[in-house]
Amino acid sequence: MPDGTFLDATELVLNMGPQHPSTHGVLRVILKLDGEKVIGTECVIGYLHRGVEKIAENRTYPQFAPYVDRMDYVAAVSNGLGYCLAVEKLLGVEVPPRAQAIRVILTELNRIASHLIWLGTHALDVGAITPLFYCMREREEILNIFEKYCGARLTTHAFRIGGLQYETYDTFESDVRAFCDMFLPKVDEYEELLTGNRIWIGRLRNVGILNAEDCKAYGVTGPLLRAAGVKWDLRKAQPYSGYEQYDFEIPTGTRGDSYDRYLVRIQEMRQSVRIIRQALDGLPGGPIMGKVPKVIKPPVGEVYVSIEAPKGELGYYIVSDGSTQPYRVRVRPPSFVNLQALDKMCRGALVADVVVVIGTIDIVLGEVDR
Amino acid sequence: MAEQPTEGKPPAAHKPRPPAKPPAAMASTPWEDELTEALRAKFQDRIAEFSAYLGQKFLVAHPDAVAPIIEHLKLEFGFDYLVDITAVDYPERAERFELVYILYSFARNERIRIKTRIKEGQRAASVVGLHPTANWLEREVYDMFGIEFAGHPDLRRILLPEDWTGHPLRKDSSILDMDNRWVKEHLGIESGQ
Repeated sequence: MPDGTFLDATELVLNMGPQHPSTHGVLRVILKLDGEKVIGTECVIGYLHRGVEKIAENRTYPQFAPYVDRMDYVAAVSNGLGYCLAVEKLLGVEVPPRAQAIRVILTELNRIASHLIWLGTHALDVGAITPLFYCMREREEILNIFEKYCGARLTTHAFRIGGLQYETYDTFESDVRAFCDMFLPKVDEYEELLTGNRIWIGRLRNVGILNAEDCKAYGVTGPLLRAAGVKWDLRKAQPYSGYEQYDFEIPTGTRGDSYDRYLVRIQEMRQSVRIIRQALDGLPGGPIMGKVPKVIKPPVGEVYVSIEAPKGELGYYIVSDGSTQPYRVRVRPPSFVNLQALDKMCRGALVADVVVVIGTIDIVLGEVDR
Repeated sequence: MAEQPTEGKPPAAHKPRPPAKPPAAMASTPWEDELTEALRAKFQDRIAEFSAYLGQKFLVAHPDAVAPIIEHLKLEFGFDYLVDITAVDYPERAERFELVYILYSFARNERIRIKTRIKEGQRAASVVGLHPTANWLEREVYDMFGIEFAGHPDLRRILLPEDWTGHPLRKDSSILDMDNRWVKEHLGIESGQ
């Protein structure tokens, strides 16, 4: 922190949140200000801490699966996928190709839904109200597909250890195809509203810069890392659930600022549609559940499995003692780790930029606090 | 900060699982490649074990060697991304806590784990100087397990309130005890659970 303030004024400490709407939940940030300039921040988190990791030690493996949906609740399907993959790896269970493809379709739909929430709220924070309604409108279509598939819209518990519980419903494929056809022109609409918008560019360009070196130092992953120019996506680097079969690009930025992150996420939505279409075209038949023992008792051992969640690397480190309950479940949450870089990104910025930076990290406090 | 894991009752009364037997050994296989050779040459007997389980590589090191190993891996082998730090509590062991560091190298597209065992009250060396991301991760380990990190710039609780007693992810910290204690303190009644 710089020693003297501008004109030797006293440092002002301003409390932001936890009820402030632009903190996207219950994040409290203590800002140290020199006039309008931020000279330091401190995050106070934990308001939504529910002890998910402790709960895991007191539940059986299948019983814990619904809890993971409640961490990153706008991307519940991704959370479920990571957990199921980790337990399957411990058990040595093969997931049938059909189940893998359906998992990919639902996870990518969920990635779009998560990015839509991010885009709508981020634009709202910056002062553009219209995109929120557009984004919610399209997200509704995704949630309708989830509801028809598994009965739940938000915390879906869509996957089971070993595969899927439910076969797709009759019009699933046509519904998803119709969504893809409808959605791509809508992305163009968002871009028409924002990409060339002078206010949008003015508020986002060169705000919250985090270069590739800082990203790695702070463990920041996901769109933030890619916006800094690092072409790294776990779906390509260490493919899971059959992602190696699909042809898609990893969008990257060059400057690592908020505007590049916006462009990266917009491109990611288009890529997700591309993946979904390929998965639908090659959707195999066959069973949707692998050979899972009636009682899930993984052998003694430990495993770390991570996936590319919409917000970054989501990892599960599970230690099994050979019983029906996990000995330890550690969740490596992307939101928590990425949020730590807030201070780095805000120093020297204006108070109004803090709102932009919180928005651009795309945190969900349920996942930060667990 | 004075921390004492004061549980109201002996934890055995509410333990959700039968008294834990020492877990059987993991069926891991030895891990040998050019990386293990280089590490063995440099750190010798301070690394006790190189193993792999389900294709995932890990090494078990002496607590004093962890920070130097992480530094060496970062500088010489490109393990520039500290994915996670966490711990596992084995109360029946003499060295009660197992600290786990997960490292990733973008250049090699490889992930390894570094594990070390420490006693109750023993301080682990902080790696915040090497990887700034360790700041919050170590704070969380401290919050949940009570493991202190020597050299950490700001070791405070992170998820739990500052006045919380105990460290909930220790095995002897029972959910029911925590609940009973809260009800008694705040409502002045027995929770009846």
